[in-house]
Amino acid sequence: MSGFRTLLYKEVLRFWKVAIQTIAAPVVTALLYLLIFAHVLEGRVEINNVRYTAFLVPGLIMMSVLQNAFANSSSSLIGAKMTGSIIFVLLPPISYGEFFLAYVGAAVLRGAMVGLGLLAVTVWFAPLQFVAPWWILVFLLIGGGIMGALGMIAGIWADKFDQLSAFQNFLIMPLTMLSGVFYSIHSLPPFWQKISHLNPFFYLIDGLRYGFFGVSDVSPFLSLAVSTAFLLMVSVVILLLLRKGYKLRY
Amino acid sequence: MRAAVSIEQVTKRFGSVQALDGVSLQIGEGEFFGLLGPNGAGKTTLISCLAGLARPDSGQVSVMGFDVQNDYREARRQLGVVPQELVFDPFFTVRETLRIQSGYFGIRRNDDWIDEILENLDLTAKADTNMRRLSGGMKRRVLVAQALVHKPSVIVLDEPTAGVDVELRQGLWQFVQRLNDEGHTVILTTHYLEEAEALCGRIAMLKQGRVVALDSTRNLLDRFSVHKLGLRVEAADKLPEAITRRGSLSEGYLNFMLGSMNEVEPLLTAVRESGCPIRDMRLSTTDLEDVFIEVMNGQDVEREAR
Repeated sequence: MSGFRTLLYKEVLRFWKVAIQTIAAPVVTALLYLLIFAHVLEGRVEINNVRYTAFLVPGLIMMSVLQNAFANSSSSLIGAKMTGSIIFVLLPPISYGEFFLAYVGAAVLRGAMVGLGLLAVTVWFAPLQFVAPWWILVFLLIGGGIMGALGMIAGIWADKFDQLSAFQNFLIMPLTMLSGVFYSIHSLPPFWQKISHLNPFFYLIDGLRYGFFGVSDVSPFLSLAVSTAFLLMVSVVILLLLRKGYKLRY
Repeated sequence: MRAAVSIEQVTKRFGSVQALDGVSLQIGEGEFFGLLGPNGAGKTTLISCLAGLARPDSGQVSVMGFDVQNDYREARRQLGVVPQELVFDPFFTVRETLRIQSGYFGIRRNDDWIDEILENLDLTAKADTNMRRLSGGMKRRVLVAQALVHKPSVIVLDEPTAGVDVELRQGLWQFVQRLNDEGHTVILTTHYLEEAEALCGRIAMLKQGRVVALDSTRNLLDRFSVHKLGLRVEAADKLPEAITRRGSLSEGYLNFMLGSMNEVEPLLTAVRESGCPIRDMRLSTTDLEDVFIEVMNGQDVEREAR
């Protein structure tokens, strides 16, 4: 497992060396969202007896976790592919399972660091509760894992940066933005509520909100089941691709 | 001699291109082996198959007896590859790069060996410099260092001296030669044929995915051995046709290809007797480049009658 340990260490070091860009910047961006939306909507909107600013925080945290976990594995892989330095991890005796765990592990860690960083900043602005902290942790980890794996798929599949950015902007962004970060899906017309239930990211955000407030749109157990199933699904896909050597070993 | 590398009937096709067409090679432990061929002959594909970067369509490849597919962990531990492309990870310093590479092979606390490699490749002063800040030649040295961190039994150098200055080239060869003397098997591809001639004990030439020549460097040179005699004579037009027919005129010299030195004296006598004084003369022997050109022109390993 020493190949795994080193690869994980390398992947963590890679984002840690540019932490301003990879951790501080997304925290600031999310904080700006919070300040603006809170300024406009605080006092006018209350969801499930939760004040809007507080309601917004878990959504923003999950959104940041998802986006940064995805960015970490996808940009690392496509960057290494484009520069050719991917060869340094293909030549050593590292199994595809270790490869998977290292990249997803680093993505989860970066997601968690951004999430906790955002929490540390927002806790001063919003009246937060931590009703079920274990649920918070579980959903943060599963969310990071899903996006780390999806990022690997995208990073390996994409041959150019604009393909990766298409994946990011036309798939990941809409799914996160429309998953209930900024609103409760109960406020949507019935048709759109149904559509939202098909969005796997909805369950991550809803589950995380349960951890904070003890109330949510659906049961946290349903959210856990759907999220775990989705995590397994993307993990199986990327493991199959890695085993086949898709676009890595020809 | 035990086989360090065994390649049996390997084929690999990319679309309509048959990159490797039934290549078989046995490279013994401790050999310094040259793999030559024009661009697109399949050298890099063959090395990729050896390194597990490419999977052959058919055939078997093993390193130190370990199959590169089924026993890939052990096979890769035995192999160090210096890739052709000048690649680097811009996030790290030279030392970090080498420590990380060691870790991939399961080696922790490798600093003694890393220091030794750095010293030998003249990189000690750059150990804590970021990879981005290194010149092309320096990056090339780091690539060599990366291939050596795990002390592989077999070292593959794919065009290691492309774009490298003379000084580094010599330093690099001394180091690689030393590793070879210590028992490491070395496989080299290069476009600098004089390097291959000076270093490699045995050479395989690839053309369109096939091995078209495989022999010791000495034998290859002997087999194609010709002496090229160039004469600049006064009033060359007076030479009898019996003599001019045997040579070809280029740059003012009449050039003759001679099978052995014994043919020199009779030729010179014949020229003198025709009344044309010799003003200048040059004599050269075959080098690997001549052999290479002959082989690539399809004359295979048998020399044409002249």
